[in-house]
Amino acid sequence: MARLELQINGVSHRVDGDGERSLLTILRDELDLTGSKYGCGEGQCGACTVLVDGRPTRSCVTKAASVAGRPIATIEGLEQNGRLHPVQHAFAEADAMQCGYCTPGMIMEAVALLRRKADPTAPEIGRALEGHICRCGTYDRIVRAVRQAAEAAKGGAG
Amino acid sequence: MTTGGSPRPEDPPALEPERYELAAGPAYRFEVDRREFVKLLGGGLVVLAAGAAPAQESGTRGGAAGSLPREIGAWLRVAADGTVTVYSGKVEFGQDIRTSLTQAVADELRAPLGTIRMVMGDTDLTPFDQGTFGSRTTPFMAAQLRQVAAAAREALLDLAAAKWNVDRAALDAREGGIVHAATGRALRFGELTQGQALVRAVAADPPPTPAARWIVAGRSIPKVNAREIVTGRHRYTSDLTRPGLWHGKVLRPPAVGATLVALDAAGVDTKRVSVVRDGDFVGVSAPTAAEAALAAGTLKTEWKTSPQPSDAQIFEYLKKTPPEAREGEGRGEGRGAGAQVSGSADQARSAAPIRLEQSYTVAYIAHAPLEPRAALAEWQDGRLTVWTGTQRPFGVRTELAEALRLPEERVRVIVPDTGAGYGGKHTGEAAIEAARLARAAGHPVKLVWTREEEFAWAYFRPAGVIDVRSGARADGTLTAWEFHTYNCGAAGIRTPYDVANQTVQFHPARSPLRQGSYRALAATANHFARETHMDEVARAAGVGPLEMRRRNLKDARVRAVLDAAAERFGWMKPRTPGRGCGLAAGTEKGSYLATCAEVSIEPGGAVRVRRMVTAFECGAVVNPEHLRNQVEGAMVQGLGGALFEAVRFEDGLITTDRFSRYRVPRFSDVPELDVVLVDRKDLPSAGAGETPLVCVAPAIGNAIFDATGTRLRSLPLVPAGLPKPERSL
Repeated sequence: MARLELQINGVSHRVDGDGERSLLTILRDELDLTGSKYGCGEGQCGACTVLVDGRPTRSCVTKAASVAGRPIATIEGLEQNGRLHPVQHAFAEADAMQCGYCTPGMIMEAVALLRRKADPTAPEIGRALEGHICRCGTYDRIVRAVRQAAEAAKGGAG
Repeated sequence: MTTGGSPRPEDPPALEPERYELAAGPAYRFEVDRREFVKLLGGGLVVLAAGAAPAQESGTRGGAAGSLPREIGAWLRVAADGTVTVYSGKVEFGQDIRTSLTQAVADELRAPLGTIRMVMGDTDLTPFDQGTFGSRTTPFMAAQLRQVAAAAREALLDLAAAKWNVDRAALDAREGGIVHAATGRALRFGELTQGQALVRAVAADPPPTPAARWIVAGRSIPKVNAREIVTGRHRYTSDLTRPGLWHGKVLRPPAVGATLVALDAAGVDTKRVSVVRDGDFVGVSAPTAAEAALAAGTLKTEWKTSPQPSDAQIFEYLKKTPPEAREGEGRGEGRGAGAQVSGSADQARSAAPIRLEQSYTVAYIAHAPLEPRAALAEWQDGRLTVWTGTQRPFGVRTELAEALRLPEERVRVIVPDTGAGYGGKHTGEAAIEAARLARAAGHPVKLVWTREEEFAWAYFRPAGVIDVRSGARADGTLTAWEFHTYNCGAAGIRTPYDVANQTVQFHPARSPLRQGSYRALAATANHFARETHMDEVARAAGVGPLEMRRRNLKDARVRAVLDAAAERFGWMKPRTPGRGCGLAAGTEKGSYLATCAEVSIEPGGAVRVRRMVTAFECGAVVNPEHLRNQVEGAMVQGLGGALFEAVRFEDGLITTDRFSRYRVPRFSDVPELDVVLVDRKDLPSAGAGETPLVCVAPAIGNAIFDATGTRLRSLPLVPAGLPKPERSL
């Protein structure tokens, strides 16, 4: 049986079986990393978003074999030593959620955005997150949370 | 002021829920497989009393429908370490009631927020509850828990008074303890109870703390489990696992109404995979999801389909097709019955200088919660435990008991905080399917519906037709109002405007698609028809839409929100050229609201909503920030149904079965949102999760008319952009 090596949140995992399976399935069903969510299976809602080589990636339409050996970051790896990532902190502060099911995917996308562009405007944030669905409709709050995280990072740096 | 006029904090099971709240009936009733049964129950003698729940004492934990438990212990326990555990059958779906109920208890018990833990939606642990719908949690459950907490506080005061042998009136409950100011003595709640249950009946006395004296409630407290959500640690049903877990997959029919003719399981390795056929149900389970999917793909099924109406004919179909007679109907709700009549609309109309007659329609729409239906079922010693995201844990327990022919006390339903529902998860399809598969497999089985399954095999918000006939004086004062709603429900059917002569009637119909509850349900359809029609009358009379409504409105609460919304929006101010403005007002489920919208028309005909203001009043506000979040969310959800959401179907096949085919609002659709909260501390709190949705569609439709002169009378208004203007010859 084929064997894959996945680098997830800095830890190497060996996974047996079909590399054609989606990364999301392996994360959730085999590694019990259930923070990444299934929402559509066609890359339309963003709930499954993880970072591969730092880039936001829809894990539901990504074959596991295609990301073997590359650094993968999931929501579970953001918190460091009990300290929330500034984006996580901002989402909680800004009440940028209702049911919370889309939240991990939104946060991962926002983390990637802020690495790309430290101080995005509200329209830029909206465009970057356009591929994500929040069916509860907290879009405004999500934009606000990302702005807040950007501001906090500026404050921290200066 | 006190909230002396507040409703009794009861959730009477006898109360008739909104029509359609429970209409989407159970999907299955399985055959009994003796062999499986005996195996599961260890060969013991089983008396199958299908459907008949055994008599249970009311008031027991996890009991059957009946009166609410009167003992504090059923609702609230104080552990020796001071942790307060509160039990409620309500469930958290994103409405933030886990937080608001915690606030209510903290306030009344005088305990720090952090010491309170809510156990919700577990049929073995929480008192019976009808379900989380109808915006009833805040008016009923919060009030109930306030009384429970007040009784607990009194019991704790009694304990301290007895222990110290002091006058009870000299004691204070504060910050999780009892204090005797005169001597400086103090004991934590946990030290007083030593973990023993508080024995005292919950009574109306003492009255709950009036809103004006709330300390913890009335403020914006962040979501109590926000950290679990942002770290991905919170486990939704679809995230759960159990030792020995198998994964399930159900084979769906090719179309609505299809029945199973034949099943060929050759080619499936039945040593690795469990296959179940039970009536029209076919499903498999296997140690991995991949194996289950593979096996499901290998099975050959033959289905018999029957002709079904398509979306193109749906409105005609609903108007001419009365419902099939149902058992227990006969409450005067059949066709032609149940009209509310005052005066004579016909006579008044014939004398009116302004007479209008219009028909409005709303499409079926999908809830599309981001977490699709999911369930994990586990059998152990003849007892069934199912984790599932449902808004009716006790209702689903009944569904499971009936479908699987078990007594209810052998079934436990646990609802983890769920990835939303919006009225779409009242039923237990996934729970029943997982339980049936698990029974055959002899393993716990998790079943997670795909997005396509969720779109096609859940139930929909009903489509409907609303016919309105009105008469008005030349100045826009209404004299006649006739309002007929077909199929989509009676909520919000009454007009808040003062019209002497009225006929208002709901006409049930036979729906070709499975339909059920939806956030704000029929009130959205009825508000759309009414508030659009009001605008049409105003235009006919040459009166401004705001003035026209004020002229016909006595209700002070509606007037207050209408004025508040108009003022914040700047209704009377000069308009931006090229844009149109519309407004709508109403009341539903004890809340009052008005929405103003501003739209622009993009080149190519796309409608862009630029700005929406909603003024909302639901009595005393419990958590302003979470209320704001609910109002904004409802406005965004309402925007989807107003502009573009519609379920398309062709001969029993749902063609809008994924997000790439069913458009929901995204970041770029969201206009500037402004919420004006009218906090009435003198009035009891009403529920607020649904009502802010109902004025969005008419406000936008009226704004489109204002911008273009095109009157749109169907929801969604512009699924493919603005219709081309009719060519004038």
